[in-house]
Amino acid sequence: MTRHTTRTSFGTGAVLLASTLILAGCGSGFAGDDGGAPDAEGLTSSDDALTVLIGSSGDAETEAVQAAVDAWSEESGTDVTVQVATNLDQELSQGFAAGAPADLFYLSADQAAGFAANDSLKAYGDQLSNKDDFYPSLVENFTIDDEFVCAPKDFSSLALIINTTMWAEAGLTDADIPTTWDELAAVAKTLTSADHVGLAFGAEYQRVGTFMAQAGGGLVRDGAAIADDPANLEALEYVKTHLADGTFAFAKDVGAGWGGEAFGKGAAAMVIEGNWITGALTNDFSGVEYTVAELPEGPADKGTLQFTNCWGMAADSPNQQAALELVEYLTSADSQLAFSEAFGPMPSIQSAADEWTAANEPLAPFLAGAEYAQFPPNQAGSADVIADFNAQIETLKSGDPASILGSVQTNLEAIVE
Amino acid sequence: MAQRSKPRRGGASGLRRGEAAAGWLFTAPVIAILGVFLLVPVLMALWVSMSDWAGRGSPLSGSVSFVGAGNYSAVLADGGLATKDFGTALRNNAWYVLLVVPLQTALALFLAVLVNRAMLRGRGFFRTAYYFPSVTSSVAITVLWLFLFSASGAVNDVLFWFGINGPNWFNDPRGILHLLLGVFGVDSGPDALTQSGALGITWWDWFAGPSVAMSAFIFMAVFTTSGTFMLIFLAGLQNIGGDVDEAAMMDGANGWQRFWRITLPQLRPTLFTVLTLGLIGCWQVFDQIYTGTRGAPSKTTLTPAYLSYQTAFQNQEWGQGAAIAFILFVIIVTFTLLQRWVLRDKPVSRRRIRAYEIAGKGKAS
Repeated sequence: MTRHTTRTSFGTGAVLLASTLILAGCGSGFAGDDGGAPDAEGLTSSDDALTVLIGSSGDAETEAVQAAVDAWSEESGTDVTVQVATNLDQELSQGFAAGAPADLFYLSADQAAGFAANDSLKAYGDQLSNKDDFYPSLVENFTIDDEFVCAPKDFSSLALIINTTMWAEAGLTDADIPTTWDELAAVAKTLTSADHVGLAFGAEYQRVGTFMAQAGGGLVRDGAAIADDPANLEALEYVKTHLADGTFAFAKDVGAGWGGEAFGKGAAAMVIEGNWITGALTNDFSGVEYTVAELPEGPADKGTLQFTNCWGMAADSPNQQAALELVEYLTSADSQLAFSEAFGPMPSIQSAADEWTAANEPLAPFLAGAEYAQFPPNQAGSADVIADFNAQIETLKSGDPASILGSVQTNLEAIVE
Repeated sequence: MAQRSKPRRGGASGLRRGEAAAGWLFTAPVIAILGVFLLVPVLMALWVSMSDWAGRGSPLSGSVSFVGAGNYSAVLADGGLATKDFGTALRNNAWYVLLVVPLQTALALFLAVLVNRAMLRGRGFFRTAYYFPSVTSSVAITVLWLFLFSASGAVNDVLFWFGINGPNWFNDPRGILHLLLGVFGVDSGPDALTQSGALGITWWDWFAGPSVAMSAFIFMAVFTTSGTFMLIFLAGLQNIGGDVDEAAMMDGANGWQRFWRITLPQLRPTLFTVLTLGLIGCWQVFDQIYTGTRGAPSKTTLTPAYLSYQTAFQNQEWGQGAAIAFILFVIIVTFTLLQRWVLRDKPVSRRRIRAYEIAGKGKAS
């Protein structure tokens, strides 16, 4: 019996040891993988083909990116493969962990800090030839520890989308388009009927945050958490009041997944949404007539939120020189205008603004927002804080705005230093 | 005696020379596969849970250092967002387990007894019908559920026939116990419950009950898993010989008594299997959450399994993600052991023996 156990443990031990060694071997193999040598600017360069990982919104986006990449590939002689991620965050994490990430990839602002913190990213922003052409707020959005990490790919902002049929039925005219909170509340009241609410938006910071910006608040200013600022309280109180009187509603409370659906179904006469709503309305609710207006001014100023992704570059990429050139090509006016036409976002560079406005006259209010837009916090861990804030906003109707903001302030302080 | 205990050649196990080596040879492939694909990854995950690995390169490389229980204390003790999220997830999942395990076991047993009856017409049809939800992929069922339980979905339509204005199921974060208390006019808890708590959640919130959204998931779990467990119970029932049952019938036991006193005790091993599988499955609930709600509304459908994934992949907190996975492992093992202890073969109590003795004497006289 004793001999038997000894043998068992010896056998198991041997197998364990052997497999650990194999795995450890693999591990160091991954980590020690480096391709080209860095040049004077710290960029690697080699003849390796590039891989681009994108989180696509659909065929239109995939085809547009593929076409642009093919054109660049033809011009430069470097082979490029476009991969469409099914779960971008997860595939990026897996790539970095395995030491074999894509060379270029879509990177959201709230993920950038986390990946930058573990040195997965190559901060190449300052080496872009078109660096000064990007909107300053977008550059700021991707500036981490005073380094411009990656080139903003494009951006979107929020505006007020108005159902023109309901607007006319309620006897309103162009002159009634709200420019202040009081006017917004007044038209929302006029537009509210038994069938639909006046104004709907998602139960999340990414929509309610516009009111905070208009009141002069926000979440982070100059690197400090300001969630418990009185301006934010004023904003949440305003929203809560009108949620309670039934003229505003969260999208889910009118049986819709998001603002666009509530608008398309006719459950809301106005919604606060981004420019992606135009595509959704064309595809799913083509009968709905609408107009786009800038969001009204709050007690402090105009305010909206902007959302953007950038072209992240992997620190482990063996051919960063070529990747940089590809980014410059993809963020050029021609490419960005083509993307905009294909799937809707706005160009991240100022030199394309006039041409974009000329082609998209009715959507100009979205672009106007670039002047005064705030962006969600981009510190590592901020996604978690916002998720928690959103969870609390869902209960805003019965909740206490001050205590909600207090808990957000505590959570923010833990990540903002 | 002394001669018999003298060890023979080949060891006390009675193997002849060479048989042990052959045994090892034949089991080596499985041991190697399990070692490389199960044991080593588990050990690596254990290491990650105690390291500051940030998700780049190998966790075994020199730049990764040991942080001891740091990740565990962030999840269990620090009181920050990580602790609060874990507390919320644990609360949600505990309610889920508390309701799903007994309900699905009872329903499965009930269905098994029904379809086990010899006189039931179309037994094959019913067995297939009950088992069908179990065969369908959990993703497909989740999507179906999202439709059925949407604000204007079929479930609310049916409720409307009975004059009930159904809730907005998957978007309603209110706990059902809180809702029940609300009916009696209790809208906020006493200070004893709201001022203190565990894992960043007040006791009042711990006792909120599953949210309306989680309840929809609870119905779904019962609906989909009862079929599988029915099949296991059915196999158990068909293994029980009819003679004891007939003897009981001769003694005048009615159907109810025969079920509780004869059938159920003989099903104990099957019951153990079903409860164990149910407990493990319920504590690991992930795919429904991932495809369905991702923790929304207000984190009331967040579960530790999903939180572990989210913490690691979305938030880049690999150590904390692994720590949550190991805490979950400990919870599951604890519950399984506890359940084994509860269902152990107990000696007949003295009181009951006396009852039999008296009854026996009474009959004899």
